[in-house]
Amino acid sequence: MTVGLFIPCYVDQFYPNAAIATLELLEKLGVEVAYPLKQTCCGQPMANSGFGHLAAESDELFIRNFSGFDYIVAPSGSCVLHIKDHLHSDKRPAEAKAIREKVYELTEFLTDVLKVDSLKARFPHRVGLHQSCHGQRGLKLAQMSELVAPPFSKPEQLLSMVEGLELVDLTRQDECCGFGGTFCVAEEAVSVKMGKDRVADHLQHGAAYITASDMSCLMHMEGILRRQKSNVKVLHIAEILNAQEL
Amino acid sequence: MSSRDSILAAVARNQPARLPLPEMPAFVLGEGDPVEKFAAVAVSVGSKVFRVKNLEEVRQAILKEHVGAKRIVSGFPQFSDMAETSVAPGTDPHTLADMDLAILPAQLGVAENSALWVTDAQLPLRVLPFICQRLALVVRQQNIVPLMHQAYDVIGAQDYGFGTFIAGPSRTADIEQSLVLGAHGARTLSVFILEE
Amino acid sequence: MKETKDHAALSEAFNADEPRVNWHDETLWFVRQKRDRAAQTIPDWELLRETASRIKHNVLSNLHDYLLQFEASARANGVIVHWAADAREHNQIVHAILQKHKVDRMVKSKSMLTEECHLNEYLAENGVEVIDSDLGERIVQLAKEPPSHIVLPSIHKKKEEVGMIFHEHLGTPTGMSDPQALTEAARQHLRETFLTRRAALTGVNFAVAETGEFVICTNEGNADMGAHLADVHIACMGIEKLIPERKHLGVFLRLLTRSATGQPITTYSSHFKKPREGHELHLVLVDNGRSVQLGREDFRNSLKCIRCGACMNTCPVYRRSGGHSYHTAVAGPIGSILAPNLDMKANADLPFASTLCGSCTNVCPVKIDIHDQLYKWRQVIVREGYADTKKTMGMKAMTATFASPATFKLAGKAGRWFMRHAPFAVNNRLNPWYKQRDMPAPPKESFGEWYLKNRKKKHE
Repeated sequence: MTVGLFIPCYVDQFYPNAAIATLELLEKLGVEVAYPLKQTCCGQPMANSGFGHLAAESDELFIRNFSGFDYIVAPSGSCVLHIKDHLHSDKRPAEAKAIREKVYELTEFLTDVLKVDSLKARFPHRVGLHQSCHGQRGLKLAQMSELVAPPFSKPEQLLSMVEGLELVDLTRQDECCGFGGTFCVAEEAVSVKMGKDRVADHLQHGAAYITASDMSCLMHMEGILRRQKSNVKVLHIAEILNAQEL
Repeated sequence: MSSRDSILAAVARNQPARLPLPEMPAFVLGEGDPVEKFAAVAVSVGSKVFRVKNLEEVRQAILKEHVGAKRIVSGFPQFSDMAETSVAPGTDPHTLADMDLAILPAQLGVAENSALWVTDAQLPLRVLPFICQRLALVVRQQNIVPLMHQAYDVIGAQDYGFGTFIAGPSRTADIEQSLVLGAHGARTLSVFILEE
Repeated sequence: MKETKDHAALSEAFNADEPRVNWHDETLWFVRQKRDRAAQTIPDWELLRETASRIKHNVLSNLHDYLLQFEASARANGVIVHWAADAREHNQIVHAILQKHKVDRMVKSKSMLTEECHLNEYLAENGVEVIDSDLGERIVQLAKEPPSHIVLPSIHKKKEEVGMIFHEHLGTPTGMSDPQALTEAARQHLRETFLTRRAALTGVNFAVAETGEFVICTNEGNADMGAHLADVHIACMGIEKLIPERKHLGVFLRLLTRSATGQPITTYSSHFKKPREGHELHLVLVDNGRSVQLGREDFRNSLKCIRCGACMNTCPVYRRSGGHSYHTAVAGPIGSILAPNLDMKANADLPFASTLCGSCTNVCPVKIDIHDQLYKWRQVIVREGYADTKKTMGMKAMTATFASPATFKLAGKAGRWFMRHAPFAVNNRLNPWYKQRDMPAPPKESFGEWYLKNRKKKHE
């Protein structure tokens, strides 16, 4: 099985550790991983801003980079959802369709494809799990609080395998953090207020770390934590699942 | 072209290919006895519930509950000693403005939401259950159905001019979501579940 | 045309008072929680939503025939049916009915349609006084504001503010802020109104094609008090409010109030089929853009809406920006997918007033794909040229960089390109990101650079 590693552009640039942890974690689990060097961005920032019609070139580039892998895995629910919903090619429709069907967010790849039931990881801290909306409501990584349906959570399932980790309860279990792509600057006031409220929920419940399957939400919340001079840190879920703390 | 015709033409032009009506699923109430459920929900929406054997017990309860009521109107001829039991059709509804209490039969009750169905078969004037300060509705226990679906099964093709489901006293929460009973309609609702 | 601020500017102003934002957010979250609890008591909740959704799909696909059927049934019941192509015609029809009956004072119960048509302003200009009888609507009417929520019109007002408004207009004592006492004052004031108005206007929640009847749901009983005491009852409805058969009311009445406020049903669900003996019952069927929306394949499902307001209560943006920030009659997520159909230019900002979190879609009792439609409206608005030029230039530059791996890598070098171009980045105080947030510290190397050093050989 060969997995094409799809690393969101801003993770590549700002959060290499999340990408490294993703790669190491997959390798530890015996997966052959390749990182196509010519990848840039999935096109989501443009599409969510209404410029989906400009995505043709980035779509073609994505197809060139990722055709031929058994699976494509990314440490981001949001970018994966974008590819799943919107990757399109007039020239190579079959390849685009194939990619849409075999692209996975990291945690769902671990639980659904690799069917991981134990991890050699240790992270003895109080952790708050932020349910990133695109992963949760888009990819259905966890049950949504709005629905009358049995609960489940793929990220939680994995975090429960991490030795020493204590997951904190939140008052609002799956409210949006307010990042929202360009929303975070176009609607700065509401975006920040949402972020402050989300962070406060974690802080009130004594989280020492906030984690998520999307680094973008964490970047936004980290921006707020740092401005507040808080000691609470953000970590991508891959970094926790790959942690070996003593 | 008239607006009617132009609207209809635009709708015909723009509506998508016909999609079928779904079969109505057999919805279920969940666990528990419908009459118990009805009573519990009624209390939760602010109604006062009385389980009674017969109309005489209704009378006793009303005499006790509504001591101060001066003007009472009732749909039950049995209460003619304490209430006006015949409101002539065509009566000006404004003349009911000073009514303290209305006592009316309900055709059916719905367990899931405590709604009681009343039509102009029970209402000599439509405004009656709204304009009264207090309202009492009497429903036979055997006429309590589990869900709204069964209620509409019973209602079927009834040819009323006006019908209404009433569930609780008039209420509002428009000021800071604080629940207040007695907005414009009846301030209280007494629900009598009649065994006989 | 008057210049209105956009959603971002209006919500920035709303956010100037943070404790008030917290209060607004908590109040609506409380309603969302009540909705959750009510839904959880129905084991078939999701099946009920699915059924409602499919009934509405059938309605929209057969609306022409249902309208004809409804009109014929209603006429047979003795109802006088009118058709209005747009807001103006709707207002004229209502006014003409009032003129015919020489009425210049009317009582009105809640109707978002008349808000959409600006009926009150129109009638005021024509010398007709309208009193809104829903308590929340009366509060905002006295405050000379539009409703900020379709179900809870004055949810943005604190009880002390209501007390001040009532003191000024209804003569209640100063400093009164107890909701019970304020409601009692409104009851007395509006009872007098109900008893003295000869015409009453109401909205319509559902209209049944089969029987020609229509249903109005209220908790206060104000629609009934108005309609049953007046000589003339005028009911106004959008053409999308139809449902096929009476039995389908069972589905919608179960969903409406549980979704709206968490109640099992409204206190009153009144079915109006025939006029009162010797009185007139008018029904105005209004298009006002609905037939156009019906033709927009991506957006027609917005016409399934039953106006419960659940999408507003759950929306994290609505809760923190307030209904008025949407500058349309219908606020929140549903308003943001309805409004561009009516005026794309004036409402071009609204589909962007969302993080696309998707909670709205999940609470919607008729399963409107609200957040997907927000996304699709963004594409339409940009394509039709309603995005500002600065944004367009930025997007084109970003696209060009992303399209070329070489440029991206050159530009990249651990965050340098992002620091200059990504909308959230740019580490200076002029960038909105930086106003209240810090930027991540750029790492010493990007993942791509790390990978070349540490893994590349393995795969060559």
